[in-house]
Amino acid sequence: MSSNLRRRPRIGVFKFASCDGCQLSLLDAEDELLGVAGAVDIAYFPEASSAMLKGPYDIGLVEGSITTYHDAQRIQEVRRKCKTLITIGACATAGGIQALRNWKDVDEFIRVVYATPKYINTLKLSTPIAEHVPVDFELRGCPINKHQLIELITATLARRKPNVPTYSVCMECKRKGNVCIAVAQGVSCLGPVTQAGCGALCPSFDRGCYGCYGPMESPNTASLSNQFHILGQDNAEITRAFRNFNAWAWQFRKASEESERT
Amino acid sequence: MSKQQTRTIKVETLARVEGEGALYVKLKGNEVQEVKLKIYEPPRFFEAFLRGRHFSDLPDIVARICGICPIAYQMSAVHAIERALGIAIDPSVRLLRRLFYCGEWIESHTLHVYMLHAPDFLGYPDAIAMARDHQSIVQQGLRLKKAGNRIVALMGGREIHPVSVAVGGFYKAPSKSALKELVDELKWALDASLATVRWVSGFDFPDFEQDYEFVSLSHPEEYPFNEGRIVSNRGLDIDASEYEENFTEQHVQHSNALHSVLRGGDSYMVGPMARFNLNFNKLPDEARQAARDCGLHVPCRNPFRTIAVRAIELVFACHEALRVIHEYEPPLTPRAQTPARASTGQAATEAPRGLLYHRYQIDQDGLITSAKIVPPTSQNQNRIEEDLRHFVSQVATRPTEEITWKCEQAVRNYDPCISCATHFLRLHLERD
Repeated sequence: MSSNLRRRPRIGVFKFASCDGCQLSLLDAEDELLGVAGAVDIAYFPEASSAMLKGPYDIGLVEGSITTYHDAQRIQEVRRKCKTLITIGACATAGGIQALRNWKDVDEFIRVVYATPKYINTLKLSTPIAEHVPVDFELRGCPINKHQLIELITATLARRKPNVPTYSVCMECKRKGNVCIAVAQGVSCLGPVTQAGCGALCPSFDRGCYGCYGPMESPNTASLSNQFHILGQDNAEITRAFRNFNAWAWQFRKASEESERT
Repeated sequence: MSKQQTRTIKVETLARVEGEGALYVKLKGNEVQEVKLKIYEPPRFFEAFLRGRHFSDLPDIVARICGICPIAYQMSAVHAIERALGIAIDPSVRLLRRLFYCGEWIESHTLHVYMLHAPDFLGYPDAIAMARDHQSIVQQGLRLKKAGNRIVALMGGREIHPVSVAVGGFYKAPSKSALKELVDELKWALDASLATVRWVSGFDFPDFEQDYEFVSLSHPEEYPFNEGRIVSNRGLDIDASEYEENFTEQHVQHSNALHSVLRGGDSYMVGPMARFNLNFNKLPDEARQAARDCGLHVPCRNPFRTIAVRAIELVFACHEALRVIHEYEPPLTPRAQTPARASTGQAATEAPRGLLYHRYQIDQDGLITSAKIVPPTSQNQNRIEEDLRHFVSQVATRPTEEITWKCEQAVRNYDPCISCATHFLRLHLERD
């Protein structure tokens, strides 16, 4: 029993197929971590704590995609235990880089990596959480931006809308005062179709955006594919450009499949 | 007379490790029957889907194997491709890569020392609970971790999955003045690392030693990061290109991570203790003195003391980062030209958790035709199970709850990264 009159909200952190980077973002918020831990009760977070309290939880943060039959069952159980369920990162919101299997023969993949394929249980597709259960908010990014995560937790607890913009990386890039590398240097850049959130990192490092935050609200991928052609990219290169960490997000998926067909 | 009782110690979800695993130990009386480190983290098939990708995509994709040590994956990948293409890198780029690795070691080692392993020694479930009694220590840890992360974020844009690494160098090299801004905090971090060594060396270490084969890189002048031969304390001395002739991977039923063993089937250890024992004389004077002062001697064979060895490596990494920043002059061009040709390249670098081997075969267009990645945790997996087998028999008379805690702690000695190893952990202790 807490001595506070109001019970502190309980947070659970759940992991599916992923690299752990998004949940690590919480521990990487070095300046805010003890503050957050004071305001909420981090009740289930196996990567950080051996104390694992049973639900229900007020907020569930889910990292990773669904790639096994067992996980497809487990996410149902996680959903039942969480009042608000938030997916964090490209794996949970779009299937992640492991969704590249979705265009290939997964049985052949198992044979390539493992000597005894029959020991391995996996599904043919890597799918986002929202394909399995209702999700209250999807936080984008590969990895997520820790400041957006803190904002999202704060907003959820205050029952207000989180300030997480859905416009493109171009907006952030212009605000930073970067010279457009696509225009000035002819570098192919996914910035125009990718959601903001990273702070236009790649163009700031003299390279094109590679789409970590997934499709922005209304991306014109056909126009961008065209532009990539003008810059001299062939269809295989354009297909690969859309097939990264958010390959299975439907707008990027459509764009990659269109360039693959032509 | 009672029959010999069988006990099973099970930990369904191993905590404070990166990724998903379980532990299963079966005891008959006080005799260990079976130890399994189970890795149920779902496989993600990196080696399979990398085929058909261009080598220039590699640093971005392989980073996603691990959110805790993305730089290690980027480094082994770019070195393997550069070796395949026969590209020499600029000396300034080489220095920058060392600095980048320092950032990752500081961030990753501090995370493990302060937040994942110290709570075991002091009897807390996590660093947040520990902070209630040891606030200033935990704050020191968070600030130290942040100092490492600052290097990574400055050089790569962000702490996790940095964006600056390219085959041949960096997309953009930092200016000298930008790096100078890190100096004051790194000087504080060096002092904090020395304080960390003093703090952890006062912990109570179980009396447990094993006769290990230690494997790490070794370089004639430097404590190893990116370059060197693969050596062991039993006479192994090979180039990375000979790795697969000397080590094999086995697939066992209880794990989604492959177990790596020496040809001949023996287990071995990679990571901080292996590096420390094989490269002690390459550490800066300050780190060597700190080791002597806290009673760490070569060879260190008590795996529970790796927390102190990690702290010594923190001293090294802060010292090395300051040295690099002092010597750094920006390269003329941040990355070398990388014309494609059909070729194969292998490289090993020292990830925070140990030796990380990559091999890639590429075609004339630069597309990957085969890939092999052997992370440190798959190499340590057999060794962790062997440690447990010996350690459990030593503590078998203790209550089950205590055995369970100690076994988990013994696993955490290795800072296992399960996400990496699966391309790996739960504890079950069963007593008959």
